[in-house]
Amino acid sequence: MAQTGSENTSSRADGTVRVKRGLAEMLKGGVIMDVVTPEQAKVAEDAGATAVMALERVPADIRKDGGVARMSDPEMIEGIKEAVTIPVMAKARIGHFVEAQILQALGVDYIDESEVLTPADETHHIDKFAFTVPFVCGATNLGEALRRISEGACMIRSKGEAGTGNVVEAVRHLRSIVGDIRKITQSDEAELFQWAKTLQAPLPLIQEIAETGKLQVPLFCAGGLATPADAALAMQLGAEAVFVGSGIFKSDDPAPRAKAIVEATTNYQDAEILAKVSRGLGAPMTGIDMDDVDVRLAERGW
Amino acid sequence: MSAWPNAAGSTLAPEPGDAQPTTAPEVATVDTRRIGVLALQGAFARHVEALARCGCDAVEVRTAEQLENCDALVLPGGESTTMSMLLERSGLRQPLAARLGQGLPVFGTCAGMILLAESISDGRPDQEPFRAIDIDVRRNGYGRQVDSFEADINVAGLDDGPFRAVFIRAPVVTRVGPSVDVLAEVDDDPVLCRMGSITVASFHPELTDDDRLHRLFLQSL
Repeated sequence: MAQTGSENTSSRADGTVRVKRGLAEMLKGGVIMDVVTPEQAKVAEDAGATAVMALERVPADIRKDGGVARMSDPEMIEGIKEAVTIPVMAKARIGHFVEAQILQALGVDYIDESEVLTPADETHHIDKFAFTVPFVCGATNLGEALRRISEGACMIRSKGEAGTGNVVEAVRHLRSIVGDIRKITQSDEAELFQWAKTLQAPLPLIQEIAETGKLQVPLFCAGGLATPADAALAMQLGAEAVFVGSGIFKSDDPAPRAKAIVEATTNYQDAEILAKVSRGLGAPMTGIDMDDVDVRLAERGW
Repeated sequence: MSAWPNAAGSTLAPEPGDAQPTTAPEVATVDTRRIGVLALQGAFARHVEALARCGCDAVEVRTAEQLENCDALVLPGGESTTMSMLLERSGLRQPLAARLGQGLPVFGTCAGMILLAESISDGRPDQEPFRAIDIDVRRNGYGRQVDSFEADINVAGLDDGPFRAVFIRAPVVTRVGPSVDVLAEVDDDPVLCRMGSITVASFHPELTDDDRLHRLFLQSL
């Protein structure tokens, strides 16, 4: 028998890729909810959210108000951190590495380098390897997802079209990412070079996908989810967890809807449970048709 | 469960008359015991994969009927508050408590350790643990995600080198009862404990390719 003993402290390491991707693994099968106050954060935690995204305005309001959308006030993030025991995420603008430094100093558990905020850099994303805190980034297709992973993102979410309550864009993005992964697993070596060119993504990451059939990091769905059925649709299409933004707190009765979406995400393959939890939830957020959307947030990011 | 079946791993069941595979199967002996993995939320798929590497065809458990058929159970990492709520709403809490009382062998990791403990501090007031192993835990005792870490630990019973343990917002064990064996420690804190048929880890063996702890659990059944 080996001796039980304390670990060799020199072997201890924080902020490794495994530790950073590890938290995304723990969030799988769950629902991450946008909240703007500590009270909403409590409602989200009570409903069974695996994490909350702390922000000043939900995307629907950012869309309505216009102007420049920035990182939230640290005081507001602190308030939400104190209100709940589950992980707290917060958003930084694309390319705004100082907002990210501040969020890391605040001890948030995940940073979303998000197209929902106004981009700070129209060429570069944040070098996410430079941080101990893990990052999630949005993607509309596999090339974008792999560029973000090559910059150090530890979780990818579909962008969808945030703040619309319309799931059509999230479905488009998920189908594109998952569909291309399926095609790559069928490609021969020569075709993989072509995939790298077409997707503008690093060849080694493409080769890895051809081998494993999976994205390197967990793939979550975000952008326009409003109902339990939307969440289950995303999961059946290959998402491993869901973000719900405006869809909960812009609905008539947030608490039961939040609970129902949590149950739907767990039981996404069981239509009887989905039918049961979808009953009597009141009106969902109104939603916007894509033809009536002025600003396409998903087009932000490069 | 893999969302995207690997091109190399055909999902087609063999038909009568199909040519027999010429190469020997990777796993020579198939484990016939039914190992369940609680699949309400969290890293359950990684546990299923790890058990598959050990030659064990684990099943995902979301309902009381699925639990009924299990000879042993893994409680994965994830958010313990979410799992507590879903245990209530899925009607799994009572049947699972009953099976634990009958000595169901369970391996709990991180959130799973929290759910099996005698008492939880820094949890939610309504979070009721199963009290299946005589330890007290403090949720997120090592801090937030920026304090998460990995380290080599020496495990009693594993003679072939240290185990790389990944701690994600991990619980700290604050008290260990007299009937609990501590199998590994980090800085004098117990991180792997066993009492009877219950084994708990505050870290995530499912996040590495090292299956030795899963094998140890299967051997103990």
